[in-house]
Amino acid sequence: MRIRRLIIEQSKRAHVGHIGSALSIADILVALFSGIVDPERDTFILSKGHAALAQYCVLAELGVISRQMLDTYCGDDSQLGVHPDHTLPGITFSTGSLGHGPSLGAGVALAKRIAGKPGRVFVLMSDAELNEGSVWEALMFAGHHHLENLTVILDNNGQQALAPTAEVIDLSGISGLVAALGWECRRADGHNVGALTDAVATTLPGNPLFVIADTVAGKGVSFMERQVKWHYLPVNETQFAQAVEEIG
Amino acid sequence: MRKQFVSTLIGIASRDERVVLLTADLGFMVLEPFAERHPDRFFNVGVAEANMMSLAAGMAHEGLIPFCYSIATFASMRGYEQFRNGAVLHQLPVRIVAIGGGFAYGTAGPTHHALEDIALMRVQPGVAIIAPADDGQVDRVLRDHYALPQPMYLRLAKETASHPELNGRFRWGRLEVIGDGDIAIVTIGSMTGVALEARRRLQAQGIETAVAVAASIAPAPTDDLVALLSTKSACITIEDHRPVGGLGSLVAETIADHGLGLRLVRCGVTDPAGQTTGSEDFLRHRNGLDVNGLLAAVRQIGLVPA
Repeated sequence: MRIRRLIIEQSKRAHVGHIGSALSIADILVALFSGIVDPERDTFILSKGHAALAQYCVLAELGVISRQMLDTYCGDDSQLGVHPDHTLPGITFSTGSLGHGPSLGAGVALAKRIAGKPGRVFVLMSDAELNEGSVWEALMFAGHHHLENLTVILDNNGQQALAPTAEVIDLSGISGLVAALGWECRRADGHNVGALTDAVATTLPGNPLFVIADTVAGKGVSFMERQVKWHYLPVNETQFAQAVEEIG
Repeated sequence: MRKQFVSTLIGIASRDERVVLLTADLGFMVLEPFAERHPDRFFNVGVAEANMMSLAAGMAHEGLIPFCYSIATFASMRGYEQFRNGAVLHQLPVRIVAIGGGFAYGTAGPTHHALEDIALMRVQPGVAIIAPADDGQVDRVLRDHYALPQPMYLRLAKETASHPELNGRFRWGRLEVIGDGDIAIVTIGSMTGVALEARRRLQAQGIETAVAVAASIAPAPTDDLVALLSTKSACITIEDHRPVGGLGSLVAETIADHGLGLRLVRCGVTDPAGQTTGSEDFLRHRNGLDVNGLLAAVRQIGLVPA
């Protein structure tokens, strides 16, 4: 999938930012949507809604939405805003306010258990999202109720809107915290599709799964990587040319 | 009304396996019968209302009908954004069961007084807001509308109540009107008892009034209100809620929208922030929300002798 190229093109065309976050999760989405997530049976929730452009590009590559529809990104009367809307094919829940995805996912997972339905629930969230208290309510609940059909993937890019996460709220001890709440915790290179696939493919009976995907914000474009400013900035012509050349 | 809610819900859950009950760790001596009868569909989510609202949205998305139980202040406000972005935005059948509107938790203090919950819910699109007047209405609304596809906010008083004048009547988007006269008293929830007693006292003086119970706040009983108020000289609303955004506002909007010319007096909670607390009776009295307060509001209009 040519996700990064599409991200840069659409961001340039629409003159909209959040490129760093979208590039950060590109490989995670490729891993999930190349055989892990079964759209008929499973549920995927992008809790870090501000990276929706990456999901739109995946949906376009998979043919769930058309290229013409992708080209409406951030246009007037479009279903493709900066944050995802559930009216768009392939989007289960509208997100954009941080910290809702883990609870929504736990609700879906619990309902599947009650109804005896198969399928897993995948929630992709950001590391800064751990600042939200509701995330911890959900982590406690899912651990206590042994929601083994729930998997949370943490896009651990170490950056948030204004500063590196370690400077805002240091959560480098996250794996121990999550494990203490009853989660199976794994770690993988968030830009290695094979390693990510291995980390999320299997679950442990009785435990929800938490995968820390170590990523680089702006991954693939040298001048964007690990730069806080690329959380918000759109690209100009020169930057676009360089980005496209680097991504190929 | 709490016990009636649980009793009716147990029956519904026995017939419909989609029904689940969530509580944010409240409902001691109330919810146990449901937990015993339907242990697989009862979840104490802990003291975590925000999580409860999103859990409910996720469960409703999968086809369940979750009821989320807590004290009205916490039920309406702690998970408000989760309710907005979940059940409301996706129009899912989540039910908030808000216990003890107004001053029902009197001595518990202002953190437990739900005085703005109806206002908060009225501004959300596609949310049914129901404030039953008695146990009969609780039973009726649940039986008839528990499976509504949209979200519902159910505002219940703590204690049991029964008004023979209503005889359990509840109709979606309608008023239940008791009596007739030149003055209409429009009420909701546990204020209904105060309104009916004021009606009896006025009747004893030879003054007839119509008491209209607006248990269905949303969908609003607009047609019934217009029909009722078109024939009246004055209207008094009484609610255990701020006069802004609740029943009084609904009636004022209806009068304005339809160009009705009658006088309106809105009785509601006018205490400023930071007042002393006390029993429900004390707090209602201080805000003019008892029988004497309502009679004073009637006299204020000047249509009846002082």
